[in-house]
Amino acid sequence: MHLLRVSGAFVTQFLFEVRKVSVQRGQRILLSDFDLQVAPHDVVHLVGPNGCGKTSLMRVMAGLVSPASGDVAWCGVALPSGRAAFHQNLAWLGHQVGLKADLTLRENIEFDNALRRQHENPLIDEIMEALAIDHRSTVLARGLSAGQRRRVALARVLLSDAQLWLLDEPFANLDTSGVDFVLSLISEHSAKGGACVFAAHQQLAMKDTPVRRLQWGQGTE
Amino acid sequence: MIGASLQVVSPSLRPFGTFSTVLRRELQLAYRRPADLLNPLFFFAVVTSLFPIAVSPLPDVLALIGPGVIWIAALLAALLPLSTHYAHDYEDGTLEQYLLSGQSLVAICIAKTVALWLVAGLPLVLASLVVSGSYGLAPSTFAVMSITLAGGSYALCALGAVAAALTVGVQRASAMIALLVLPLMVPVLIFGTRAISMAATNLPAKGPIYLVLAVTLLAALLSPIATAAALRISME
Repeated sequence: MHLLRVSGAFVTQFLFEVRKVSVQRGQRILLSDFDLQVAPHDVVHLVGPNGCGKTSLMRVMAGLVSPASGDVAWCGVALPSGRAAFHQNLAWLGHQVGLKADLTLRENIEFDNALRRQHENPLIDEIMEALAIDHRSTVLARGLSAGQRRRVALARVLLSDAQLWLLDEPFANLDTSGVDFVLSLISEHSAKGGACVFAAHQQLAMKDTPVRRLQWGQGTE
Repeated sequence: MIGASLQVVSPSLRPFGTFSTVLRRELQLAYRRPADLLNPLFFFAVVTSLFPIAVSPLPDVLALIGPGVIWIAALLAALLPLSTHYAHDYEDGTLEQYLLSGQSLVAICIAKTVALWLVAGLPLVLASLVVSGSYGLAPSTFAVMSITLAGGSYALCALGAVAAALTVGVQRASAMIALLVLPLMVPVLIFGTRAISMAATNLPAKGPIYLVLAVTLLAALLSPIATAAALRISME
C-alpha cells in the first residue's frame, strides 16, 4: 500500500519503485522481473559487466524508455501518469552530458537551472567552486576536457535539488580525487534524505553510508 | 554540506517560463553559429540568381516565373537547417535533459520551432523582397509576398520539426525529412504563388492569402503536440 504525501511531510514507505520490470534491447531480454524499492536515504549501486543492461535499466527507471513489462512508480504513482512530478524530483546523469559546445560553461549551467526552476540559484558559484570548475566558467564548453564536462554534469545534478539521483556511470572520465568527491556527494545526498541509484562497473568502497549492491549478468562483451 | 534537507516537491509546470528560456538559448546558439543563419540565405540567393541565367533574362518571362522560383527556393533553403534541428540536441544529450526536465515538452517544441523560424524563415522573407526586385515583380506584390512567405515558412518549420523529431537518431536524415515535408507543403505552395501572381495582375489576392494562413495556423497548432510525441518515441 502506498500513502501519499501529507502537508509536505513524506509518509509513504518508498520514494521510488521498480515493479517486475523487464528490459529489452533489440530482441534480447536483458532483465526480467526486476524489483527495486528505494526509500529516502537509500543508496543503490548497480554493478555488472558491460552489456548486462545497466544503462538500459537506468533509462527505463528514468522514464526515457518504457519497460517491456512491469512499471516504474514515483511515490506510488506509476509512470507515465505522474511523469512531471517524478521528473521534477529527479536528477539524471547519462552518458551524454547535455552541454552545448558553443555556450560557455556557466551559460550551460545557468540554462539548466532556468529550465528546472523559476529563480536564479544562489548556489551556482558555490557548487562550481566545490567541483573545481569555477576557473573555467567563461570557457566555451567545446574547450573542456571529458572529466571537466563530467563535473559540469555533476554540478547540474547538485543544483537540481532533486530528491532522487539516477547516475549512469558517474565516475567515467574522473580522476581518483574526482571519484572520491562524487562518493562524498552521494553520502551527503543520502544524509540529507535523498536517494541515489547509480550504475558503475567498478567495486567502490563508501565509508559511513550503507550501500545496497545489486549485481547480475555475465555480459556479452 | 550544500543546502538543507531534501523533500519531494510538488510538480509546478511553467510553460511560459520554459518557452522563453528555451527560445533565448536557441537564439543565443544561433548567434554563436552564424553559419546556420547564413547558409540558407546564400543557398536562396544562388538558386534565385541561377534561374534567369538558365531560363531566360527577358523581363516578361522573369515576372511570370518569379513567384514560383522565389517560393521553391525559399522552401528548399528553409529545409536545410531541419536535419540538425533536433539531431544536435539528441547527440549531445540535451534532448534527454529536455525530456527529464519535468516541464512541458510541447512548450519546448514550440520554442524551438519559433527560434528556427526566426533564424531560418524570417531572413528568407526579407531576402525574397530583395530578389523580387530583380525579377521585375511590382512593388504592389511585396506585401502579399511577405505575408504568404512568412506564413508558409512558419508552416514549413512546424511540419519540418515533426519530421526532424521522427528522424532523430537516423543517419543522413535530410533526404527523409524533405520527402516527408515537401508533399505536405504543396497546398501552401499553390496558394502562396497564386496569391503573388494575382497581386501582380492587380487581382484581389485575399482568398489565397487566407488559405495560406489557415494552413499555417493548423500546422502551428498541431505540430508541437506531434513533435513532442515523436521525440518521446524516438528516444526509446
